[in-house]
Amino acid sequence: MKKNNFILKMEHVTKLYGPNRAEASKMMTNGSNKDEVNKKTGCTVALWDVNLEIPKEKIFVIIGLSGSGKSTAVRCFNRLTDPTGGKVVYEDRNVHEMSKKELLEYRRNKISMVFQSFGLMSHRDVLGNVSYGLEVKGIEQSKREEIAKRFISMIGLDGWEHQSCGKLSGGMRQRVGIARALVNDPEVLLMDEPFSALDPLVRRDMQFELLQIQRKLKKTIVFITHDIDEAFKMGDTVCIMKDGKVVQTGTPEELSMNPTDDYVRDFLETADKTKVMTVRNIMITPSCIVRLGDNMDRAVHEMRKNNLSSVIVMDDELHPKGMLFIGEALQARKDGKSIAQVLQTGIATISADTLVSDVILIATESAYPIAVTDEDGVMLGIVTKASILSSLN
Amino acid sequence: MEWLFNFPELFDLDTTAIDNAVRSFAVSAEAVLDMIKGGLNGQVNFVSMFLSYIPWPIFLLLIVFLGWRIRKSLKSGILYGTLVFLVGAVGLWELMRTTLAVVLASVAIALVIGIPIGILISNSETANKIVRPILDTMQTMPVFVYLIPALLLFGTGNASGVIATVIYAVVPVIRLTSLGIRQVDKEVIEAAKSFGSTRWQLLQKVQVPQAMPTIMTGVNQTLMMAMAMVVTTSMIGVRGLGMEVLNAVNRIEIGRGLVAGSAVVILAIVLDRLTQGGVTSDKNKSAEKVENINEGGQGQ
Repeated sequence: MKKNNFILKMEHVTKLYGPNRAEASKMMTNGSNKDEVNKKTGCTVALWDVNLEIPKEKIFVIIGLSGSGKSTAVRCFNRLTDPTGGKVVYEDRNVHEMSKKELLEYRRNKISMVFQSFGLMSHRDVLGNVSYGLEVKGIEQSKREEIAKRFISMIGLDGWEHQSCGKLSGGMRQRVGIARALVNDPEVLLMDEPFSALDPLVRRDMQFELLQIQRKLKKTIVFITHDIDEAFKMGDTVCIMKDGKVVQTGTPEELSMNPTDDYVRDFLETADKTKVMTVRNIMITPSCIVRLGDNMDRAVHEMRKNNLSSVIVMDDELHPKGMLFIGEALQARKDGKSIAQVLQTGIATISADTLVSDVILIATESAYPIAVTDEDGVMLGIVTKASILSSLN
Repeated sequence: MEWLFNFPELFDLDTTAIDNAVRSFAVSAEAVLDMIKGGLNGQVNFVSMFLSYIPWPIFLLLIVFLGWRIRKSLKSGILYGTLVFLVGAVGLWELMRTTLAVVLASVAIALVIGIPIGILISNSETANKIVRPILDTMQTMPVFVYLIPALLLFGTGNASGVIATVIYAVVPVIRLTSLGIRQVDKEVIEAAKSFGSTRWQLLQKVQVPQAMPTIMTGVNQTLMMAMAMVVTTSMIGVRGLGMEVLNAVNRIEIGRGLVAGSAVVILAIVLDRLTQGGVTSDKNKSAEKVENINEGGQGQ
């Protein structure tokens, strides 16, 4: 039964561009690298002996630098590119043995695609773009607009149906791209660097939304990216490609724990180095503020209002002084004690410029939020275990 | 050493053989040629008749209105209307209408032939390789050379004029249609394909609409080239403003030639602005759109 868990498979897929393919093929078999082959034969090796198994209803991420063949690979799945050799299998059907008609049906119902620079049609409005896939299937206008509107609403573009795509921001355009791809209710969604053209904040929102959509609709997603953070955040399985070959495939954990070779290790490391994240990036503003001089009623009220079991208490200069817990606060109110008397002092504080990786240990040991301070000890915000863990993903 | 300066004439090319071949073809294919001739004349007459049904004040108002709508300025509309009014006012109204009929009929035929050929060569590299040298030839061949076989095959009159005009004017619409379709963003094409478009759907729902601004530029260029043939075709008996210019030249009547020539220029300018106006405003808009959609935000 294990076999059926894979919806798409690539078996020994090879793609060569240019002249002397037979010669190039021989050289590659004998272990030459891509550049040597190109120099000698003028033939470009886009993919060489790629084997992939895409698990059903999961997100499969292919990551690699430009020229690694990842975009070519994803285009082999829906035959926008025809491989030179090997086969692509969709649920036991060889994609390359499909007749013209079968291929159309396959593209119309089973697999759809989202593009890096959106690929929207500027002569159509949002509705016209989203309903395109239904239109080519021959679904009548009122029906297809009804379906399209449902998806436009799902991706949060209600009221934009009749806007020209030129008026939308980048994030909105890619939402249109995603709605357009989902409208045919495909089994597989191919996404070729869908968020690379978006600015980082929008990208983060879109990643999160895509995850939600995926969990809700249970689509299989093949996601291409060059950003290791994005790969680890999105991927159930991540595949690293280099020079048209697969270097390693595995879960994010497997890759970080057991990189097969130096390339993977470097890739993970450079990714970490380029994305040095400090606490400043992940800290949040505390939802409730209690001062040392406040009376206990107010402290209890604040904690109840914000649904907190503990709060960091500050002095008037906003220096964190200690942690107040709801149980002790309630007891103290009965006993008529002040905040200072029941405060648990000696809490950990960290600087805003600390690397996130350095606070993981502190965070996992502490059951409570950690105060973030500047160089004068003034509180800037807090980090919680949750915010640190989510930043690691 | 003298032979070095005398080019060896190896072939005695008998050009009269070509003449004879064309002549005998004209005789043997007379029935077909007559049919084509009848069709072309019918086409010109149809347009001419249509134009003659429009009273001149309506015609002028139509130009003002079109100028206003297309150029988005009432001032331009009034300017074009006034210019055309002047042509009529100096007594060239009928001639202008005749010229317009021939030009419009020719352009219609050029578009019907040119746009499909443009689409064909944009999709097929083989077709492109075959058609391109032919287009180059058509563009560089002196126009007078077309006139002779046209004259031999169809005699004098509108049919010959239309054929010569079509051959000369069809090139830009072919080239620009092909260019426009080739320039459609690659990802847009991929997107359309990935949703299971047939070739026909791809062409009709995506490629042609996306290429429309460029195709319209081609239409405008074709119209201008057709206007440029007005005087030339008068030599094979096409009536209208061109004939007026030709007569003036033959009789060395400078004033008459200048007036008729100015009328040709006015007609050309007005036609150009009316078709180009649509192109530029349309093109700016969609060029901007394409840029926004497909390049905007790509540099991260």
